[in-house]
Amino acid sequence: MIVYLVRRLGQSLVAIAAMAVLVFVGVYAIGNPVDILINPESTQAQIAATMQRLGLDRPLWEQFGIFVWNALHGDLGISFVYGRPAMQIILERLPATMELALVALVLSVSIGIPLGVLAGLKPNSIGGRSIMAGSILGFSLPNFWQGMLLILIFAVLLGWLPAGGRGETVEVLGIRVSFLTLDGLKHLILPAMNLALFKMSLVIRLARANTREVCLQDYVKYARAKGLSSRRIVLVHILKNILIPVVTIIGLELGSMVAFAIVTETVFAWPGMGKLLIDSINLLDRPVIVAYLMLTVLIIVTINLVVDVIYSLLDPRVRLSEVDA
Amino acid sequence: MTLLQVEDLATHFFTRDGVAKAVDGVSFSLDRGEILGLVGESGSGKSVTGFSLLGLVDPPGRIVSGKIVFDGEDLVKGGEPMMRTLRGKRIAMIFQDPMMTLNPVLRIDTQMVETVLAHERISRKSALERCREALARVGIASPDERLKSYPHQFSGGMRQRVAIAIALLHEPDLIIADEPTTALDVTIQAQILSEVQKLCADTGLAMIWITHDLAVVSGLADQLAVMYAGKIIETGETGRVIEAPLHPYTKGLIASVPQGQKHGALLAQIPGTTPSLLNLPEGCSFRPRCPRADAACQEEPPLGALLPGRAARCFHPHLDERREALAS
Repeated sequence: MIVYLVRRLGQSLVAIAAMAVLVFVGVYAIGNPVDILINPESTQAQIAATMQRLGLDRPLWEQFGIFVWNALHGDLGISFVYGRPAMQIILERLPATMELALVALVLSVSIGIPLGVLAGLKPNSIGGRSIMAGSILGFSLPNFWQGMLLILIFAVLLGWLPAGGRGETVEVLGIRVSFLTLDGLKHLILPAMNLALFKMSLVIRLARANTREVCLQDYVKYARAKGLSSRRIVLVHILKNILIPVVTIIGLELGSMVAFAIVTETVFAWPGMGKLLIDSINLLDRPVIVAYLMLTVLIIVTINLVVDVIYSLLDPRVRLSEVDA
Repeated sequence: MTLLQVEDLATHFFTRDGVAKAVDGVSFSLDRGEILGLVGESGSGKSVTGFSLLGLVDPPGRIVSGKIVFDGEDLVKGGEPMMRTLRGKRIAMIFQDPMMTLNPVLRIDTQMVETVLAHERISRKSALERCREALARVGIASPDERLKSYPHQFSGGMRQRVAIAIALLHEPDLIIADEPTTALDVTIQAQILSEVQKLCADTGLAMIWITHDLAVVSGLADQLAVMYAGKIIETGETGRVIEAPLHPYTKGLIASVPQGQKHGALLAQIPGTTPSLLNLPEGCSFRPRCPRADAACQEEPPLGALLPGRAARCFHPHLDERREALAS
């Protein structure tokens, strides 16, 4: 297990390094932020001075070297716009996004798996077919459009839920969260649902496909031959087998949920990292963009690592073969 | 004393291409402590017969008619609720491939204890005790350790022993074994066979042994029923059927078992292949492959008692050789 972990960690580090190069070069290519940041009436000397102050006059490789050196010391630069460390600004926004993503994840799993298993057990019933049809909608309708429709129905027409913002928050362990207050919860439902819909459809389809496959296995028939109740067969024999691929996918998707909650956050004016990223791109706030992308990479890599560990806990065959490795 | 009486059982599969009569009018009976060998090629309906007895036929298949009288009660009439209380409790089943029948992600103790608890309200501890005994009975060393293992840590033979141990948990009256030794090495096969024989003799449990391997059943079964295209075409006491088969198909089947031929000599075989169940020939379904077939075989032959305790579904059974043998 330890050898395996070390090997996986090594792979993760390579991924992070490669991403650092790509991100830095990519952002460099967008354009010169000084053109946007500085007062248009400044003189050429003032522009040059600003560029020098921000270190933008140096060659690319030198800027990259400084960036890496500072990053290794935990410093990802100071925001051109806010004048504070970029990481600090992002981390302030992180809890809001995390909260949104986690609630969306819980929603998509707790609704998606039961629906998927149902559809898999009775693929030709009306219920099973409707679930699949619904999942196709969730899959193919654009996320922002789903979000606006949710606002239109639940906020505008019915007036049940607020259309945007985070609502009242309480502080738990120094982190502000919404889901513990009634008002915050109300604000959370629509964006979380919007973010969850796509993943839910994914989980439904995955759970259904796996259920159908597992149902055909001899061990399910054998479980019936042992006289087990169908409840036990579904909840223990089938569910435990389909959880293996579902957990893998969910883990991978959690990363992308955190990273790309951008659309949902923009539609619902949710003050998270995604909204920050859009604002920073508009202002070419290079340190914030780079810091955001690096943080995203870090999150996704970490989640992948955790998923691999959970996976080995779920499937005894993986666990044991890794011990030998 | 009759334990199981199957009358005119028919299990059909309603597929898009038509109705496949996988089991079509099968009748047999089984006494307590008796071993019946159900023999046939792939697709002859022998496995479906076994699954029908437990109500385990998956859609689009279902039992369309017939009776399965087990210990005085008709299981077809009793339906799923009655079958569920019997499954694993009074009728147990052992499957063909031990690699596939144990759930790969559940520990052996989980899979054994749940079988006990499915039918009896006892504590987990006493259930575990019963599992330990069952494992010891089928010759598994250090059962405590084995109970905590996962299926993939066992060899094929060990897994089949575990499956047999699970079948024995409730001391059933009948075990249906669907080719349980086909996936095993010959040496392991011999071990399992001798253990099963001993269990039947010791506990008086009856068994239906489904197989395509005549060599396996010839030493094990008391009675033999040979199936072809969904029908039983010959029945009788094992030794006598093997020695002097009546039906040309049974004769062909026995002749195709290789036994000490010279190197390079051709092995005997039955010409042609098993017909598709969706497109059976008129009359006797073995007719196109039969060396004795004539115009009379366009009609369906009945399963006639040709000798005491012997029956075959054929107009031209191999009786003549017997007469010649008797005359000389």
